Amino acid sequence: MLIKMWLNGKAVRAHIKSDTLLLDFVREQGCKSVKYGCDTANCGLCTVMLEGEPVLSCSTLAARVEGKHVVTLEGLQDEAREFGEFLADQGADQCGYCNPGFIMNILAMMKELDDPTDDEIKEYLAGNLCRCSGFVGQMRSIRNYIKSKKEGRHAAEESA
Amino acid sequence: MLGLFFLLFNLGIAYSDFFKYHLRWFITAVALQRYRGKGASELITIKKYVRAESLEQAYQLNQKRSNRILGGMLWMKMSSNTVQCAIDLSDVISREIDEREDSFVIGAMTPLRELETNKSLNQYTCGAIRESLRSIVGIQFRNTATVGGSVYGRFGFSDVLTMLLALDTSVQLYRGGIVPLETYANMPYDNDIIVNIIIKKTPLKTAYMSSRNTRTDFPVLACAISFYKDEQRVVIGARPQKAMIIRADENVQKLIDSEAEVYAQALAGQVKREVLTSSNMRGSAEYRRHLAYVLTKRASLHILDPKEAGIC
Repeated sequence: MLIKMWLNGKAVRAHIKSDTLLLDFVREQGCKSVKYGCDTANCGLCTVMLEGEPVLSCSTLAARVEGKHVVTLEGLQDEAREFGEFLADQGADQCGYCNPGFIMNILAMMKELDDPTDDEIKEYLAGNLCRCSGFVGQMRSIRNYIKSKKEGRHAAEESA
Repeated sequence: MLGLFFLLFNLGIAYSDFFKYHLRWFITAVALQRYRGKGASELITIKKYVRAESLEQAYQLNQKRSNRILGGMLWMKMSSNTVQCAIDLSDVISREIDEREDSFVIGAMTPLRELETNKSLNQYTCGAIRESLRSIVGIQFRNTATVGGSVYGRFGFSDVLTMLLALDTSVQLYRGGIVPLETYANMPYDNDIIVNIIIKKTPLKTAYMSSRNTRTDFPVLACAISFYKDEQRVVIGARPQKAMIIRADENVQKLIDSEAEVYAQALAGQVKREVLTSSNMRGSAEYRRHLAYVLTKRASLHILDPKEAGIC
């Protein structure tokens, strides 16, 4: 079957099978940041934004995104780089396999929550698993990232 | 004669050994094949995808055994079944919560995350709805999973079913009309379609608690309670079977005006006596029975004693 959808702001038309998963579809379209980790819809590695909301692409049929907007990490390079630097500063990532899904969900969290507490961060990111680390470095990097965002906002307000 | 007997006997042993040996390998091979068939990488196969244009079309398609209605597809994806025709209801069933004067009408395609973040619904339930949903895997999962899929599945592990059974909830079916959730939960799986989940704004107090081995795992035991006039309802889910309702009996009800602690203990005691639990990898039947007692007591105190409550 033929689908038409928007992938990272570009119109895409492609032939798919009825049971092609969104995960496989976006990877075929070159978005290799989207990974498959657990087989049971638990790890969050395959997170993409569907109409601005983070969803599991491993459990979404490509056919269901007909006419919709899907954004992967490839479409959020600037934001991803910005947070990625905080992550690297803390040496938080080890193998790095979980990073794309993790960053996608952090960007979703930043859109939804204003100045989240540690508990709120942990709750929001509970569906993103990292098997190398104990999430401590990640938490530090998120706190620093939020702090820097806040300082940036204050500076902008003051200059305005 | 004797020689012939021994010859046959030995041949018999040899034959039976030979048979047993091969039978053993045959059984192993079949078991392995089945295991591989249901193994980790084996997912559902869908031959045809149909985005239904009307409920009638979806209903007609759903009458065929090999066809399936898609909810969030999270559980269905992990089966190794072959579905002839997957029916997508996205265009014909609402994914919104419609608040009315006397009820919340929740479209069956509404993602669990919508219920979790809906202010009015959480105000009505004192945050119990949010509490029941927030431990289900992760935000992305709850943005994908639908309330209709959870209710239709009537899964043993379901936090959603446990919570909704404590409220005045009905299921609106395309052909079957409006059925109380308590009735629906025990109905056989049929070919009707859930259109809406209706929660009446009956003035009740409710609380939800669950015990989990790890933060986002299935619950070892889930407990939702609601107090409404003469009815105090305790719903125990993940027993690990489908959630069951236990209503406070006369002896417990007599204590309603006693101290919160006394009443909570009596209700929890009744639940411990009546709840049916069994064992699985997450916990034993006995442990679950104990958890049912503890969670019922805590949840009751959460409602009855404002100091304990926090939110209510």
